[in-house]
Amino acid sequence: MPMNPAEIEGLIKQSIPDAQITIEDLRGDGDHYAAYVVSGSFKGKTRVQQHQMVYQALQGRMGGELHALALQTSAPPES
Amino acid sequence: MNTIDNPVFERIKSEIADNDVVVFMKGTPVFPQCGFSAAVVQALTHMGVKFKGIDVLQDPGLRQGVKDFTNWPTIPQLYVKGEFVGGCDIIREMFQTGELQQLLTEKGVENTPAA
Repeated sequence: MPMNPAEIEGLIKQSIPDAQITIEDLRGDGDHYAAYVVSGSFKGKTRVQQHQMVYQALQGRMGGELHALALQTSAPPES
Repeated sequence: MNTIDNPVFERIKSEIADNDVVVFMKGTPVFPQCGFSAAVVQALTHMGVKFKGIDVLQDPGLRQGVKDFTNWPTIPQLYVKGEFVGGCDIIREMFQTGELQQLLTEKGVENTPAA
């Protein structure tokens, strides 16, 4: 059962409330998205750790229901 | 699952210990069976890096085991000197920013700077 962008955003926000999320539907099939996630909680974490936080937020859907999510994460620029 | 007596983990540990650069992927370096795996193979090939490609499609236990080993839900997975570096997204980003070449050089892995 493919996912829609709002579902993905909702799940990420549940675990990473301050996340600013931009989701791009790459193919319109509900299965291939790109997501850009910016959050203060990423500060000081490696990319692997940042991505793992997002995957955990998706509660196991990554690699299953959600076949492809091209992910880019970053902490907000130092203001 | 206890990580010590998990035969799949033992195999993963020995592969990443015996080979400087390892990619757990779908398909083989010559015939990748998935675009994401192909992208990682291309980046490494472009940089002239010698690596071992391990086809997880041949071994469902390994396919799941490698995801549990790193708590990383997708394939491909790149290891350099026994350390998990990332999946396709991270490798592509690191390739573009030059961080991948920097990491390889720091770890003493032969590579030719991207043209």
